[in-house]
Amino acid sequence: MSKISRRKLITTGVAAVAGASGLGVAAKVAKAHGLIPPDSGGLYGVGETFTYAAQRLLARHAMAREFPRSEISQNPFANEVDPLGDEFKRLQAAGFADWRLTVDGMAARPTNFSLAEIKNFPMSSQVTMIGCEEGWTYIAEWKGVPLSYILDRVGTLSQVRYVVYRSIQPDWWESIDMADALHPQTLVATGMNGADLPVPFGGPMRLRVPRQLGYKSVKYITHLTLTDNLKSFGKGTGGANSDGGYAWYAGI
Amino acid sequence: MAPVSATRPKRHSATVRITHWLTTIAFLALLVTGGEIVLSHPRFYWGETGNVNVHPWLNLHLPSSRDTVPTGYGYVLPDQNGWSRYLHFQSAWLTVATGLFYALFGLFSGHFRRNLLPAPSDRSIKQIVGSIVSHLRFKRPTPEEAWSYNVLQRLSYLLVVFVLFPLMIWTGLAMSFGFDSAFPSAVRLLGGHQTARSLHFLVTILLVLFLLVHVAMIILAGFRARMRAMITGRAVPPTE
Repeated sequence: MSKISRRKLITTGVAAVAGASGLGVAAKVAKAHGLIPPDSGGLYGVGETFTYAAQRLLARHAMAREFPRSEISQNPFANEVDPLGDEFKRLQAAGFADWRLTVDGMAARPTNFSLAEIKNFPMSSQVTMIGCEEGWTYIAEWKGVPLSYILDRVGTLSQVRYVVYRSIQPDWWESIDMADALHPQTLVATGMNGADLPVPFGGPMRLRVPRQLGYKSVKYITHLTLTDNLKSFGKGTGGANSDGGYAWYAGI
Repeated sequence: MAPVSATRPKRHSATVRITHWLTTIAFLALLVTGGEIVLSHPRFYWGETGNVNVHPWLNLHLPSSRDTVPTGYGYVLPDQNGWSRYLHFQSAWLTVATGLFYALFGLFSGHFRRNLLPAPSDRSIKQIVGSIVSHLRFKRPTPEEAWSYNVLQRLSYLLVVFVLFPLMIWTGLAMSFGFDSAFPSAVRLLGGHQTARSLHFLVTILLVLFLLVHVAMIILAGFRARMRAMITGRAVPPTE
Protein backbone atom coordinates (compact mmCIF):
# COMPACT_ATOMS: atom_id res chain seq x y z
CA MET A 1 0.00 0.00 0.00
CA SER A 2 2.93 2.30 0.70
CA LYS A 3 3.49 2.44 -3.03
CA ILE A 4 0.25 4.31 -3.53
CA SER A 5 1.34 7.90 -3.24
CA ARG A 6 -0.68 10.62 -1.61
CA ARG A 7 -0.91 12.39 -4.95
CA LYS A 8 -2.42 9.32 -6.55
CA LEU A 9 -4.89 8.97 -3.69
CA ILE A 10 -5.96 12.61 -3.99
CA THR A 11 -6.22 12.43 -7.78
CA THR A 12 -8.29 9.28 -7.57
CA GLY A 13 -10.54 10.83 -4.92
CA VAL A 14 -11.06 14.01 -6.90
CA ALA A 15 -11.75 11.98 -10.05
CA ALA A 16 -14.28 9.81 -8.21
CA VAL A 17 -16.13 12.82 -6.79
CA ALA A 18 -16.05 14.58 -10.16
CA GLY A 19 -17.27 11.42 -11.84
CA ALA A 20 -20.14 10.91 -9.42
CA SER A 21 -21.29 14.53 -9.55
CA GLY A 22 -20.79 14.47 -13.32
CA LEU A 23 -23.18 11.53 -13.54
CA GLY A 24 -25.66 13.39 -11.35
CA VAL A 25 -25.49 16.46 -13.58
CA ALA A 26 -25.73 14.28 -16.70
CA ALA A 27 -28.86 12.61 -15.32
CA LYS A 28 -30.46 16.03 -14.62
CA VAL A 29 -29.59 17.36 -18.09
CA ALA A 30 -30.83 14.14 -19.71
CA LYS A 31 -34.13 14.37 -17.86
CA ALA A 32 -34.59 18.01 -18.85
CA HIS A 33 -33.99 17.12 -22.50
CA GLY A 34 -36.33 14.12 -22.52
CA LEU A 35 -33.58 11.52 -22.84
CA ILE A 36 -34.80 9.21 -20.09
CA PRO A 37 -37.27 6.52 -21.23
CA PRO A 38 -40.29 5.69 -19.04
CA ASP A 39 -38.89 2.21 -18.31
CA SER A 40 -35.55 3.54 -17.04
CA GLY A 41 -36.08 2.07 -13.58
CA GLY A 42 -34.97 -1.41 -12.68
CA LEU A 43 -32.15 -3.74 -13.60
CA TYR A 44 -31.84 -2.87 -17.28
CA GLY A 45 -32.62 0.85 -17.05
CA VAL A 46 -29.03 1.93 -17.64
CA GLY A 47 -28.64 0.14 -20.97
CA GLU A 48 -32.10 1.24 -22.04
CA THR A 49 -31.41 4.86 -21.19
CA PHE A 50 -28.09 4.78 -23.06
CA THR A 51 -29.79 3.39 -26.16
CA TYR A 52 -32.68 5.85 -26.12
CA ALA A 53 -30.53 8.88 -25.27
CA ALA A 54 -27.90 7.96 -27.88
CA GLN A 55 -30.48 7.56 -30.66
CA ARG A 56 -32.36 10.72 -29.71
CA LEU A 57 -29.15 12.76 -29.51
CA LEU A 58 -27.56 11.42 -32.69
CA ALA A 59 -30.46 10.47 -34.93
CA ARG A 60 -33.55 12.36 -33.84
CA HIS A 61 -34.49 13.34 -37.39
CA ALA A 62 -33.04 10.37 -39.26
CA MET A 63 -35.33 8.84 -41.87
CA ALA A 64 -36.11 5.14 -42.08
CA ARG A 65 -34.75 3.58 -45.25
CA GLU A 66 -37.17 3.59 -48.17
CA PHE A 67 -36.93 0.88 -50.80
CA PRO A 68 -37.82 0.72 -54.49
CA ARG A 69 -41.23 -0.82 -55.18
CA SER A 70 -39.47 -3.82 -56.73
CA GLU A 71 -38.30 -4.80 -53.24
CA ILE A 72 -41.82 -5.06 -51.79
CA SER A 73 -42.12 -8.54 -50.24
CA GLN A 74 -44.23 -10.95 -52.25
CA ASN A 75 -45.12 -12.95 -49.14
CA PRO A 76 -45.44 -10.56 -46.21
CA PHE A 77 -46.13 -12.28 -42.92
CA ALA A 78 -49.20 -11.21 -40.96
CA ASN A 79 -48.20 -11.80 -37.37
CA GLU A 80 -50.87 -13.45 -35.29
CA VAL A 81 -53.15 -11.31 -33.14
CA ASP A 82 -55.51 -12.19 -30.33
CA PRO A 83 -58.94 -13.21 -31.64
CA LEU A 84 -60.86 -10.13 -32.73
CA GLY A 85 -63.86 -9.36 -30.54
CA ASP A 86 -67.54 -8.86 -31.29
CA GLU A 87 -67.23 -5.09 -31.57
CA PHE A 88 -64.60 -5.45 -34.27
CA LYS A 89 -66.68 -8.00 -36.14
CA ARG A 90 -69.71 -5.73 -36.03
CA LEU A 91 -67.66 -2.81 -37.45
CA GLN A 92 -66.10 -5.10 -40.05
CA ALA A 93 -69.52 -6.32 -41.19
CA ALA A 94 -70.46 -2.69 -41.90
CA GLY A 95 -67.30 -2.17 -43.95
CA PHE A 96 -65.73 -0.17 -41.12
CA ALA A 97 -68.02 2.77 -41.99
CA ASP A 98 -68.46 3.43 -38.27
CA TRP A 99 -64.79 3.02 -37.33
CA ARG A 100 -63.69 6.08 -35.40
CA LEU A 101 -60.37 7.41 -34.19
CA THR A 102 -60.81 9.39 -30.98
CA VAL A 103 -58.19 11.98 -30.08
CA ASP A 104 -58.21 13.32 -26.53
CA GLY A 105 -55.96 14.39 -23.70
CA MET A 106 -53.90 17.56 -24.01
CA ALA A 107 -55.41 18.75 -27.26
CA ALA A 108 -56.92 22.19 -27.87
CA ARG A 109 -59.76 20.56 -29.83
CA PRO A 110 -60.29 16.95 -28.73
CA THR A 111 -62.38 15.18 -31.32
CA ASN A 112 -62.90 11.98 -33.24
CA PHE A 113 -62.55 11.17 -36.91
CA SER A 114 -64.34 8.60 -39.01
CA LEU A 115 -62.34 6.29 -41.26
CA ALA A 116 -63.66 8.19 -44.29
CA GLU A 117 -62.48 11.50 -42.84
CA ILE A 118 -59.03 10.07 -42.15
CA LYS A 119 -58.83 8.77 -45.70
CA ASN A 120 -59.65 12.25 -47.01
CA PHE A 121 -56.72 13.82 -45.20
CA PRO A 122 -53.51 14.40 -47.18
CA MET A 123 -51.97 10.98 -47.58
CA SER A 124 -48.37 9.97 -47.57
CA SER A 125 -46.92 6.70 -48.70
CA GLN A 126 -43.64 4.94 -48.08
CA VAL A 127 -41.99 1.64 -48.96
CA THR A 128 -40.38 0.65 -45.68
CA MET A 129 -39.38 -2.43 -43.77
CA ILE A 130 -41.26 -3.70 -40.77
CA GLY A 131 -39.33 -5.94 -38.41
CA CYS A 132 -40.42 -8.00 -35.47
CA GLU A 133 -38.34 -8.24 -32.31
CA GLU A 134 -38.26 -11.98 -33.06
CA GLY A 135 -36.02 -11.26 -36.04
CA TRP A 136 -38.17 -11.54 -39.15
CA THR A 137 -38.86 -8.72 -41.61
CA TYR A 138 -40.82 -7.78 -44.70
CA ILE A 139 -41.07 -4.73 -46.92
CA ALA A 140 -44.39 -3.17 -47.91
CA GLU A 141 -45.79 0.05 -49.25
CA TRP A 142 -47.74 1.80 -46.52
CA LYS A 143 -50.21 4.57 -47.14
CA GLY A 144 -51.66 6.79 -44.47
CA VAL A 145 -51.99 10.19 -42.85
CA PRO A 146 -48.90 11.46 -41.10
CA LEU A 147 -49.66 11.40 -37.39
CA SER A 148 -48.25 14.95 -37.24
CA TYR A 149 -51.12 16.11 -39.46
CA ILE A 150 -53.71 14.73 -37.04
CA LEU A 151 -51.85 16.27 -34.10
CA ASP A 152 -51.93 19.61 -35.92
CA ARG A 153 -55.67 19.31 -36.55
CA VAL A 154 -56.47 18.77 -32.88
CA GLY A 155 -54.04 21.42 -31.64
CA THR A 156 -51.40 19.68 -29.58
CA LEU A 157 -50.64 21.63 -26.40
CA SER A 158 -47.01 22.62 -25.95
CA GLN A 159 -46.45 20.48 -22.86
CA VAL A 160 -47.36 17.22 -24.62
CA ARG A 161 -44.45 14.77 -24.54
CA TYR A 162 -46.06 11.48 -25.57
CA VAL A 163 -48.81 10.15 -27.76
CA VAL A 164 -50.56 7.11 -26.29
CA TYR A 165 -52.40 4.96 -28.84
CA ARG A 166 -54.84 2.17 -28.17
CA SER A 167 -56.07 -0.78 -30.15
CA ILE A 168 -59.69 -1.94 -30.23
CA GLN A 169 -58.30 -5.09 -28.64
CA PRO A 170 -58.53 -4.97 -24.86
CA ASP A 171 -55.45 -3.75 -22.96
CA TRP A 172 -53.41 -3.38 -26.13
CA TRP A 173 -51.74 0.00 -26.31
CA GLU A 174 -48.41 1.72 -26.82
CA SER A 175 -46.89 5.19 -26.73
CA ILE A 176 -44.19 7.16 -28.55
CA ASP A 177 -42.37 10.39 -27.78
CA MET A 178 -42.80 13.55 -29.86
CA ALA A 179 -39.64 12.83 -31.90
CA ASP A 180 -41.46 9.85 -33.38
CA ALA A 181 -44.99 11.29 -33.18
CA LEU A 182 -44.01 14.31 -35.29
CA HIS A 183 -41.68 12.33 -37.56
CA PRO A 184 -42.82 12.56 -41.21
CA GLN A 185 -42.72 8.76 -41.65
CA THR A 186 -44.96 8.01 -38.67
CA LEU A 187 -48.36 7.30 -40.21
CA VAL A 188 -51.88 6.43 -39.24
CA ALA A 189 -51.87 3.82 -41.99
CA THR A 190 -55.01 2.77 -43.82
CA GLY A 191 -53.49 1.26 -46.96
CA MET A 192 -50.93 -1.35 -47.84
CA ASN A 193 -49.44 -2.33 -51.21
CA GLY A 194 -51.99 -0.30 -53.18
CA ALA A 195 -55.13 -1.57 -51.44
CA ASP A 196 -56.99 -1.01 -48.19
CA LEU A 197 -54.98 -2.24 -45.23
CA PRO A 198 -56.00 -5.91 -44.87
CA VAL A 199 -57.39 -6.98 -41.49
CA PRO A 200 -54.56 -9.45 -40.72
CA PHE A 201 -52.10 -6.57 -41.18
CA GLY A 202 -54.03 -4.20 -38.90
CA GLY A 203 -56.86 -2.94 -41.12
CA PRO A 204 -58.70 -0.72 -41.19
CA MET A 205 -56.16 1.40 -39.32
CA ARG A 206 -52.83 0.86 -37.66
CA LEU A 207 -49.99 3.08 -36.56
CA ARG A 208 -46.77 2.79 -38.56
CA VAL A 209 -43.57 3.75 -36.74
CA PRO A 210 -40.90 2.61 -39.20
CA ARG A 211 -37.95 3.60 -37.00
CA GLN A 212 -39.05 1.15 -34.32
CA LEU A 213 -39.83 -2.56 -34.08
CA GLY A 214 -43.18 -3.90 -35.22
CA TYR A 215 -44.73 -4.04 -31.78
CA LYS A 216 -44.88 -0.22 -31.75
CA SER A 217 -46.93 -0.31 -34.98
CA VAL A 218 -50.12 -1.22 -33.11
CA LYS A 219 -52.97 -2.67 -35.20
CA TYR A 220 -56.66 -1.63 -35.11
CA ILE A 221 -56.13 1.74 -33.43
CA THR A 222 -59.20 3.60 -32.17
CA HIS A 223 -57.82 6.06 -29.68
CA LEU A 224 -55.02 8.61 -29.36
CA THR A 225 -54.30 10.37 -26.07
CA LEU A 226 -51.87 13.28 -25.84
CA THR A 227 -50.11 13.48 -22.52
CA ASP A 228 -47.12 14.94 -20.70
CA ASN A 229 -46.72 11.92 -18.45
CA LEU A 230 -47.09 8.16 -18.83
CA LYS A 231 -47.36 7.37 -15.13
CA SER A 232 -51.15 7.19 -15.13
CA PHE A 233 -51.33 4.69 -18.01
CA GLY A 234 -51.18 1.00 -17.13
CA LYS A 235 -48.22 0.24 -14.90
CA GLY A 236 -46.57 3.49 -15.94
CA THR A 237 -43.92 2.22 -18.33
CA GLY A 238 -45.64 3.57 -21.43
CA GLY A 239 -47.13 0.52 -23.13
CA ALA A 240 -48.63 -2.93 -22.90
CA ASN A 241 -45.33 -4.35 -24.16
CA SER A 242 -43.16 -2.51 -21.64
CA ASP A 243 -45.64 -3.34 -18.87
CA GLY A 244 -45.10 -6.95 -19.98
CA GLY A 245 -41.29 -6.80 -19.72
CA TYR A 246 -40.31 -5.55 -23.19
CA ALA A 247 -38.44 -2.31 -23.87
CA TRP A 248 -40.59 0.80 -24.32
CA TYR A 249 -38.18 2.27 -26.86
CA ALA A 250 -37.96 -0.21 -29.70
CA GLY A 251 -35.60 1.62 -32.05
CA ILE A 252 -33.20 -1.25 -31.53
CA MET B 1 3.54 -17.09 1.45
CA ALA B 2 6.27 -14.65 0.56
CA PRO B 3 5.26 -11.01 0.55
CA VAL B 4 4.55 -9.75 -2.90
CA SER B 5 7.00 -7.14 -3.87
CA ALA B 6 5.47 -4.19 -5.61
CA THR B 7 8.40 -4.15 -8.00
CA ARG B 8 7.84 -7.68 -9.21
CA PRO B 9 6.49 -7.40 -12.74
CA LYS B 10 2.89 -8.31 -13.39
CA ARG B 11 2.17 -10.85 -16.10
CA HIS B 12 -0.95 -8.91 -17.16
CA SER B 13 -1.53 -5.21 -16.50
CA ALA B 14 -4.51 -4.23 -14.35
CA THR B 15 -6.25 -2.79 -17.44
CA VAL B 16 -5.89 -6.05 -19.35
CA ARG B 17 -7.16 -8.08 -16.39
CA ILE B 18 -10.17 -5.85 -15.67
CA THR B 19 -11.21 -5.50 -19.31
CA HIS B 20 -10.70 -9.25 -19.84
CA TRP B 21 -13.16 -10.16 -17.10
CA LEU B 22 -15.67 -7.42 -17.90
CA THR B 23 -15.69 -8.69 -21.48
CA THR B 24 -16.07 -12.26 -20.23
CA ILE B 25 -19.14 -11.36 -18.17
CA ALA B 26 -20.65 -9.31 -20.98
CA PHE B 27 -19.91 -11.98 -23.60
CA LEU B 28 -21.53 -14.76 -21.57
CA ALA B 29 -24.61 -12.60 -20.97
CA LEU B 30 -24.76 -11.77 -24.69
CA LEU B 31 -24.38 -15.43 -25.60
CA VAL B 32 -27.16 -16.69 -23.34
CA THR B 33 -29.60 -13.89 -24.20
CA GLY B 34 -28.68 -14.04 -27.89
CA GLY B 35 -29.47 -17.75 -27.92
CA GLU B 36 -32.75 -17.01 -26.21
CA ILE B 37 -33.65 -14.39 -28.83
CA VAL B 38 -32.76 -16.78 -31.67
CA LEU B 39 -35.23 -19.30 -30.25
CA SER B 40 -38.09 -16.94 -31.08
CA HIS B 41 -37.17 -17.33 -34.77
CA PRO B 42 -34.51 -20.02 -35.30
CA ARG B 43 -34.31 -19.45 -39.06
CA PHE B 44 -31.82 -17.37 -41.05
CA TYR B 45 -32.08 -15.53 -44.37
CA TRP B 46 -29.94 -13.48 -46.75
CA GLY B 47 -30.76 -10.02 -48.01
CA GLU B 48 -33.19 -7.57 -46.48
CA THR B 49 -36.28 -9.59 -45.73
CA GLY B 50 -37.10 -12.99 -44.28
CA ASN B 51 -40.01 -14.50 -42.42
CA VAL B 52 -41.83 -17.83 -42.16
CA ASN B 53 -43.14 -17.35 -45.72
CA VAL B 54 -39.58 -17.13 -47.04
CA HIS B 55 -37.21 -20.08 -47.52
CA PRO B 56 -34.36 -19.81 -44.99
CA TRP B 57 -30.74 -20.67 -45.90
CA LEU B 58 -30.43 -22.10 -42.41
CA ASN B 59 -33.12 -23.63 -40.25
CA LEU B 60 -31.83 -24.71 -36.86
CA HIS B 61 -34.74 -27.11 -36.36
CA LEU B 62 -35.00 -26.08 -32.73
CA PRO B 63 -38.24 -25.72 -30.78
CA SER B 64 -39.31 -22.07 -30.83
CA SER B 65 -40.72 -19.70 -28.23
CA ARG B 66 -43.35 -18.62 -30.79
CA ASP B 67 -46.20 -20.69 -32.17
CA THR B 68 -45.99 -18.85 -35.50
CA VAL B 69 -42.76 -20.65 -36.40
CA PRO B 70 -43.27 -24.04 -38.07
CA THR B 71 -40.72 -26.07 -36.12
CA GLY B 72 -42.23 -29.52 -36.37
CA TYR B 73 -42.35 -29.71 -32.59
CA GLY B 74 -45.69 -29.99 -30.87
CA TYR B 75 -44.91 -27.49 -28.16
CA VAL B 76 -43.88 -23.86 -27.73
CA LEU B 77 -41.16 -22.70 -25.35
CA PRO B 78 -41.90 -19.91 -22.86
CA ASP B 79 -41.25 -16.40 -24.17
CA GLN B 80 -38.07 -15.00 -22.61
CA ASN B 81 -37.38 -12.25 -25.14
CA GLY B 82 -38.31 -9.30 -22.90
CA TRP B 83 -35.52 -9.57 -20.36
CA SER B 84 -33.22 -11.26 -22.88
CA ARG B 85 -33.35 -8.25 -25.17
CA TYR B 86 -32.93 -5.79 -22.28
CA LEU B 87 -29.90 -7.71 -20.96
CA HIS B 88 -28.50 -8.26 -24.46
CA PHE B 89 -28.37 -4.53 -25.18
CA GLN B 90 -27.14 -3.59 -21.71
CA SER B 91 -24.32 -6.13 -22.09
CA ALA B 92 -23.63 -4.78 -25.57
CA TRP B 93 -23.11 -1.33 -24.09
CA LEU B 94 -20.72 -2.83 -21.52
CA THR B 95 -18.83 -4.63 -24.29
CA VAL B 96 -18.54 -1.50 -26.41
CA ALA B 97 -17.45 0.70 -23.49
CA THR B 98 -14.92 -1.89 -22.30
CA GLY B 99 -13.72 -2.47 -25.85
CA LEU B 100 -13.19 1.23 -26.52
CA PHE B 101 -11.30 1.65 -23.27
CA TYR B 102 -9.18 -1.42 -24.04
CA ALA B 103 -8.50 -0.26 -27.60
CA LEU B 104 -7.33 3.17 -26.48
CA PHE B 105 -5.20 1.62 -23.75
CA GLY B 106 -3.75 -0.95 -26.13
CA LEU B 107 -2.88 1.69 -28.66
CA PHE B 108 -1.27 4.20 -26.32
CA SER B 109 0.38 1.89 -23.79
CA GLY B 110 2.07 -0.19 -26.45
CA HIS B 111 0.11 -3.30 -25.37
CA PHE B 112 -0.95 -4.10 -28.93
CA ARG B 113 2.52 -3.52 -30.37
CA ARG B 114 4.35 -5.37 -27.59
CA ASN B 115 2.00 -8.21 -26.70
CA LEU B 116 -0.32 -8.86 -29.64
CA LEU B 117 1.62 -8.00 -32.77
CA PRO B 118 3.82 -11.01 -33.62
CA ALA B 119 7.50 -10.23 -33.08
CA PRO B 120 9.38 -9.52 -36.35
CA SER B 121 11.18 -12.85 -36.02
CA ASP B 122 7.81 -14.63 -35.79
CA ARG B 123 6.33 -13.04 -38.90
CA SER B 124 7.05 -15.91 -41.25
CA ILE B 125 5.12 -18.88 -42.54
CA LYS B 126 7.86 -21.11 -41.12
CA GLN B 127 7.41 -19.78 -37.59
CA ILE B 128 3.64 -20.02 -37.83
CA VAL B 129 3.79 -23.58 -39.15
CA GLY B 130 6.27 -24.45 -36.39
CA SER B 131 3.86 -23.07 -33.81
CA ILE B 132 0.97 -25.02 -35.32
CA VAL B 133 3.02 -28.22 -35.19
CA SER B 134 3.99 -27.76 -31.56
CA HIS B 135 0.34 -27.03 -30.74
CA LEU B 136 -0.75 -30.19 -32.55
CA ARG B 137 1.81 -32.19 -30.57
CA PHE B 138 0.23 -30.78 -27.39
CA LYS B 139 3.66 -29.60 -26.31
CA ARG B 140 3.32 -27.86 -22.98
CA PRO B 141 4.65 -24.31 -23.01
CA THR B 142 8.08 -23.67 -21.54
CA PRO B 143 8.28 -21.41 -18.45
CA GLU B 144 9.43 -18.50 -20.65
CA GLU B 145 6.32 -18.84 -22.75
CA ALA B 146 4.19 -18.19 -19.68
CA TRP B 147 5.43 -14.62 -19.95
CA SER B 148 4.56 -14.00 -23.52
CA TYR B 149 2.00 -15.03 -26.12
CA ASN B 150 3.13 -17.34 -28.90
CA VAL B 151 2.55 -16.40 -32.50
CA LEU B 152 -0.69 -18.39 -32.95
CA GLN B 153 -2.06 -16.90 -29.76
CA ARG B 154 -1.20 -13.41 -30.94
CA LEU B 155 -2.83 -13.94 -34.30
CA SER B 156 -6.02 -15.37 -32.82
CA TYR B 157 -6.27 -12.55 -30.26
CA LEU B 158 -5.73 -10.00 -33.02
CA LEU B 159 -8.48 -11.69 -35.02
CA VAL B 160 -10.89 -11.61 -32.07
CA VAL B 161 -10.07 -8.03 -31.03
CA PHE B 162 -9.86 -6.38 -34.44
CA VAL B 163 -12.10 -8.47 -36.67
CA LEU B 164 -14.67 -10.59 -34.83
CA PHE B 165 -15.73 -8.17 -32.08
CA PRO B 166 -16.00 -5.17 -34.45
CA LEU B 167 -18.01 -7.35 -36.84
CA MET B 168 -20.29 -8.42 -34.00
CA ILE B 169 -20.93 -4.80 -33.06
CA TRP B 170 -21.46 -3.72 -36.66
CA THR B 171 -23.87 -6.55 -37.52
CA GLY B 172 -25.66 -6.10 -34.20
CA LEU B 173 -26.14 -2.37 -34.75
CA ALA B 174 -27.27 -3.04 -38.32
CA MET B 175 -30.31 -4.89 -36.95
CA SER B 176 -31.42 -1.80 -35.01
CA PHE B 177 -34.03 0.20 -36.91
CA GLY B 178 -32.83 3.41 -35.27
CA PHE B 179 -29.26 2.74 -36.39
CA ASP B 180 -30.49 1.69 -39.84
CA SER B 181 -32.24 5.07 -40.19
CA ALA B 182 -29.16 7.00 -39.11
CA PHE B 183 -26.56 4.99 -41.06
CA PRO B 184 -28.36 3.20 -43.90
CA SER B 185 -25.17 2.58 -45.87
CA ALA B 186 -23.75 0.59 -42.92
CA VAL B 187 -26.62 -1.87 -43.41
CA ARG B 188 -26.49 -1.86 -47.23
CA LEU B 189 -22.74 -2.50 -47.16
CA LEU B 190 -23.34 -5.66 -45.13
CA GLY B 191 -25.95 -6.85 -47.62
CA GLY B 192 -29.16 -6.03 -45.78
CA HIS B 193 -30.98 -6.53 -42.52
CA GLN B 194 -31.32 -10.32 -42.69
CA THR B 195 -27.75 -10.78 -43.92
CA ALA B 196 -26.61 -8.75 -40.90
CA ARG B 197 -28.62 -11.07 -38.66
CA SER B 198 -27.13 -14.17 -40.33
CA LEU B 199 -23.59 -12.78 -40.05
CA HIS B 200 -24.23 -11.90 -36.39
CA PHE B 201 -25.08 -15.57 -35.83
CA LEU B 202 -22.10 -16.90 -37.83
CA VAL B 203 -19.60 -14.66 -36.04
CA THR B 204 -21.10 -15.84 -32.75
CA ILE B 205 -20.17 -19.39 -33.72
CA LEU B 206 -16.59 -18.27 -34.45
CA LEU B 207 -16.40 -16.52 -31.08
CA VAL B 208 -17.75 -19.59 -29.28
CA LEU B 209 -15.13 -21.73 -31.07
CA PHE B 210 -12.49 -19.26 -29.95
CA LEU B 211 -13.80 -19.43 -26.37
CA LEU B 212 -13.68 -23.25 -26.37
CA VAL B 213 -10.13 -23.38 -27.75
CA HIS B 214 -9.06 -20.56 -25.44
CA VAL B 215 -10.32 -22.36 -22.33
CA ALA B 216 -8.92 -25.70 -23.54
CA MET B 217 -5.49 -24.11 -24.01
CA ILE B 218 -5.64 -22.53 -20.54
CA ILE B 219 -6.38 -25.95 -19.05
CA LEU B 220 -3.57 -27.54 -21.07
CA ALA B 221 -1.05 -24.85 -20.13
CA GLY B 222 -1.95 -25.02 -16.42
CA PHE B 223 -5.36 -23.75 -15.37
CA ARG B 224 -4.44 -22.52 -11.89
CA ALA B 225 -1.33 -20.62 -12.93
CA ARG B 226 -3.01 -19.00 -15.93
CA MET B 227 -6.11 -18.04 -13.94
CA ARG B 228 -3.97 -16.60 -11.17
CA ALA B 229 -2.04 -14.55 -13.72
CA MET B 230 -5.25 -13.15 -15.24
CA ILE B 231 -6.88 -12.47 -11.87
CA THR B 232 -4.02 -11.18 -9.69
CA GLY B 233 -1.48 -10.45 -12.38
CA ARG B 234 1.05 -12.61 -10.52
CA ALA B 235 3.02 -15.32 -12.24
CA VAL B 236 6.39 -16.92 -11.70
CA PRO B 237 8.88 -14.50 -13.27
CA PRO B 238 10.96 -15.94 -16.09
CA THR B 239 14.23 -15.58 -14.13
CA GLU B 240 13.19 -17.90 -11.33
